Amino acid sequence: MDIALEQVGYTYAAGTPFQKRALHDVNVRIPSGSYTAIIGHTGSGKSTLLQHLNGLLKPTAGRVRIGDTEVTKETKGKQLKPVRRKVGIVFQFPEHQLFEETVLKDVMFGPLNFGVQEEEAKARALRWINRLGLPEGTAEKSPFDLSGGQMRRVAIAGVLAMEPDVLVLDEPTAGLDPAGRKEIMDLFYELHEQRDMTTILVTHSMEDAARYADHMIVMHDGTDVLQGPPGEVFGDAERLAGWRLGVPRTVSFQRLYEEGAGLPHGPAALTEEQLASYLAAHLGEGGSAS
Amino acid sequence: MMEKMVFGRYIPGDSFVHRLDPRSKLIFVFIFIAAVFLANSTLSYALLLAFTLLSILASKVRIGFLIGGLKPVMFLIAFTFLLHIFFTKEGDLLFELGFLKIYEEGLRQGIYISVRFLVLVLMTSLLTLTTSPISITDGLEVLLNPLKKVKFPVHELALMMSISLRFIPTLMDETDKILKAQLARGSDISSGTMKERVQAVVPLLVPLFVSAFKRAEDLAIAMEVRGYRGGEGRTRYRQLKWDWRDTTALLILLAVIIALWFLRG
Amino acid sequence: MERILSLQDIRFSYTPDDPDSRFAVDGVSFDMQAGEWIAVVGHNGSGKSTLARLIIGLLFPQEGTVGLFGDPLTEDNLWEKRSQMGMVFQNPDNQFVGATVQDDVAFALENNGIPFGEMTLRVQNALEQVKMDTFLDHEPHHLSGGQKQRVAIAGALALRPRLLILDEATSMLDPQGREEVIRVILELREKTGLSVISITHDLEEALLADRVVIMNGGRKFAEGTPQDVFLKGEALTALGLDLPFAMRLSALLKEQGIPTEPGTMTERKLVEQLWTLHSNR
Ligand SMILES: Nc1ncnc2c1ncn2[C@@H]1O[C@H](COP(=O)(O)OP(=O)(O)OP(=O)(O)O)[C@@H](O)[C@H]1O
Ligand SMILES: Nc1ncnc2c1ncn2[C@@H]1O[C@H](COP(=O)(O)OP(=O)(O)OP(=O)(O)O)[C@@H](O)[C@H]1O
Ligand SMILES: [Mg+2]
Ligand SMILES: [Mg+2]
Repeated sequence: MDIALEQVGYTYAAGTPFQKRALHDVNVRIPSGSYTAIIGHTGSGKSTLLQHLNGLLKPTAGRVRIGDTEVTKETKGKQLKPVRRKVGIVFQFPEHQLFEETVLKDVMFGPLNFGVQEEEAKARALRWINRLGLPEGTAEKSPFDLSGGQMRRVAIAGVLAMEPDVLVLDEPTAGLDPAGRKEIMDLFYELHEQRDMTTILVTHSMEDAARYADHMIVMHDGTDVLQGPPGEVFGDAERLAGWRLGVPRTVSFQRLYEEGAGLPHGPAALTEEQLASYLAAHLGEGGSAS
Repeated sequence: MMEKMVFGRYIPGDSFVHRLDPRSKLIFVFIFIAAVFLANSTLSYALLLAFTLLSILASKVRIGFLIGGLKPVMFLIAFTFLLHIFFTKEGDLLFELGFLKIYEEGLRQGIYISVRFLVLVLMTSLLTLTTSPISITDGLEVLLNPLKKVKFPVHELALMMSISLRFIPTLMDETDKILKAQLARGSDISSGTMKERVQAVVPLLVPLFVSAFKRAEDLAIAMEVRGYRGGEGRTRYRQLKWDWRDTTALLILLAVIIALWFLRG
Repeated sequence: MERILSLQDIRFSYTPDDPDSRFAVDGVSFDMQAGEWIAVVGHNGSGKSTLARLIIGLLFPQEGTVGLFGDPLTEDNLWEKRSQMGMVFQNPDNQFVGATVQDDVAFALENNGIPFGEMTLRVQNALEQVKMDTFLDHEPHHLSGGQKQRVAIAGALALRPRLLILDEATSMLDPQGREEVIRVILELREKTGLSVISITHDLEEALLADRVVIMNGGRKFAEGTPQDVFLKGEALTALGLDLPFAMRLSALLKEQGIPTEPGTMTERKLVEQLWTLHSNR
C-alpha cells in the first residue's frame, strides 16, 4: 500500500491566538514494502506527520493518500476507521496505553475493535504474545504487574495483532536497555522482511536509521528537505549538520579515518560490519583499496 | 473552542493592576463582591459599571478580548435579562405585542441584575487575567495563615493547588496522547449506543489514572529527596510586597463604597 | 582523600515478607572517594534505581549499612545527610515541582530553611551553572526535555551537595538534549570537583567515568576503571550490555584480519592505530 502526502500542511489550534504551524508544504511518498526512516531534530514535525499516516490528524491543507483512500480536511471521521486497521501505530512509550485486566484482553482490544471474531482475536493475541518473547503465562497476568520492558512488548503485540499492512513506529525503543533495544528492532526488521510489511520508523538514532532503513525522509522546521536511500542521505555530513542532524557513528569514524589517512571520502558505511570491511579493504594485505 | 476561553486564564503584563500584590487584589475582589449587593438605584449601578470599566482600563487588558472571551457568560446574562423582562409585571406597561408585555419595573430589574452579574464576572476575570495562578495561591496562603492556629492545613492546601496547576498542561497532553493511541487501535468514542460510548471511555480513563498515580509517586519522591517534610521550618522564595499601590487601590475601593452608600435609593 | 560513601554488603527486597521473593539489591559493597565519578550500568531491572534509593535514604536496606560522609545512615541523621546530596531522575516532567524555573530551583532551599537573601543568590548561581539563567520565569511546559533536566540539576546544585546522583537523567532525551546535559555535568565536574554517581545505559557516557560498577540481577557483577571493566568483553554482552563502539569495531576488524591493541576503548585511540597501520602499509 503506497502512502503519499501532497502539499500537506497542518496547524494546531488553527484560528486561535495560540495557533502553531507544525507542517507546511510536505510532499513525500512512502513506497509499498519499503522500510522508511523519518529523521529530524526535535520539533521538526515528525510526530505530527506520522499522525497523518492513519488519519489521526487530518491535514489542514493538501491531501494524504493512503492506498486508495484520500484524506483531506473535509474527510469524515467514519471513513477513517478502515484506514486505521491497515496502518498500525506504535507510539512513543506505548506501555502507557495498556488498560485491560489481563495481557490477553489488552492484546485482543485492537482486533476486536476492527471486527475480528473472538476466537480468531484470541488466537492472534496468543501468537503475538509468544512472538514477542514474553514468558509463558504472561497472557493471564495483569499488564500492570510486568516490568517496563515487558509492558512495552505487550503494547507492541497489541498493535501487531491487528495485523496491519503498514507499521508505523515512533521511537519504539526509548528507555530500553541495549539488549532489549536490539531485540525489538531486529524483530521489526524480521517482520518487515518476512511479511513484506511496509515499515515507517521515526527515530533520533542515526545508527538505527542507517542499519534498518532502505529509504529516508529528512524533516526540518515542518517540511521535508530530503528523501533518498540512507547511503545518499548520510553521504553529506555538512548538509545534515545544517538541519541540526548528525551522521551515524560508523560514518563519522569513517570520515575521521579517511581525513587522517589522506584518502578521499568513500561511500558511507551504514553498519559496523560494512565499516570493518571497508577499513579492511584499505588496510588489508597488499593494501589495494577496492 | 477552549483556546478562546478567558475564564481562569492569565495574561502576563506590566500594568498597575498586574503589579498589585495578590493579597490586595484578593481582598479587593472579595470586598467588591460584597459591595455590589449594596447597589439598588440606577445611579449606584452606574457607578459600579463605571468603576469596573476604569479598573479594566487600568489593567490594559483589551476590552474586546474580554468580551469575546466571555461569550458563554454573556449568553447567561442575556438569558437572565430576558427572564426578568418577561416575568416581572409591575410598573407602567411600556410595550405590548400580542402575548408579549414589557413593564417598566421588569426592564429596570433586568438591567440591574445584568449589570450586577456583568461587573462580578468582569472583576473576577480581571483578577485571574492579571494574576498568575501561582500568585493567587501565594496570596491565599498568606491571607489564610491565621487559620493555621485552628490546625487548618493552609500550607498543604496551597502546595496542592500549585502542583495541580502545574500539572494541568501535562495531563492535557497525556489525555490527547492516550486518546490517539486508542483511536489507532480502533476504539471509537463518537459513535454507538450510550452503553458503548461509556465503555469506550474505560480505555482512556484507566491509563490516565495509572499515569497520574505514577506521576504523583515520582513527584513525591522527588520532593522528599529535595528535603520536603511539610511546612514546618520552611522559608519562602516568593516574597509578597505590599506597597503604595496596594494601599491606594484599597482606598479607592473604600471611596467607591462610601459613594455607593450615599447613592442608594 | 576523604571517603564519602561506603556500602557494606547491603541487601534489599521490596517484599521482605514473601518467602520466595528476590532481593532487588543483593549483597552489594563499594566505596567512593570525594571528587570521584562513578557510572553504574546494568540491564533493566538489575537494581540500579533501587541502589540509588538506598543511598539517598528513600529506602533502608534489610541487611548491611550505607555509610555517608563518615557515618552510617540512620533514620535520625537522614535529613541532615540528605541535605548534602542531590538526585536527578529519569522523567523530566515528574520532578518539576515549582510553577516556574526559579521556583523549582528554590524548592530544596525553602525546605532547608535558607533565608531569602541567600536564596536568590543561590538560585541565580545554580542556574548559571547549567546555563539556564535567562529562563527564570519560564513555565515547565514551555521547556524542552533537556532544559527541564538542566533545571532539575540546578535544583539539586542549589543546596551545594557533596554528592550528585543521576538516575538515567538523559535516557528520555533526544540526542541534542542529552548532549546539553552531559556537557553541563562534565563542566561541573571540572570546575567544582563534585562527586557524581551516574546511572546510565549509554556506554559512551560510562567511559567518561573514573570507575564503573556493573549490576546484574541485583548483584555487583564487576567494578573497576572503564578500561578494566570493558575488557571483559563477551561476558558483558551476555548480560545484555553493550560494548563501546571502538571495542565492537576492533572485534570486527580482528575477524577481518586487522589486529588492534587489546583494550582500545575510545574512537580516538582506535583511529590513531589505524592511521599508523595505513602509513606503515
Ligand atoms: N498538540 C499540540 N498543540 C500545539 N502545538 C503542537 C502540538 N503538538 C506538537 N506541536 C508543535 O508542533 C511542532 C512539531 O511537533 P512534533 O511533535 O511533530 O515534532 P517532532 O519532530 O515529533 O519532535 P520530537 O523529536 O521532539 O518528538 C512543534 O513545534 C510542537 O511544539
Ligand atoms: N516499587 C517497587 N515495588 C516492587 N518491586 C520493585 C519496585 N521497584 C523496583 N522493583 C523491582 O526491583 C528490581 C530492581 O528494579 P530497579 O528499578 O532497581 O532496576 P533498574 O536497574 O533501575 O532498572 P531500569 O534500567 O529499568 O531502570 C526489579 O525486579 C523490579 O521489578
Ligand atoms: Mg515526536
Ligand atoms: Mg531504574
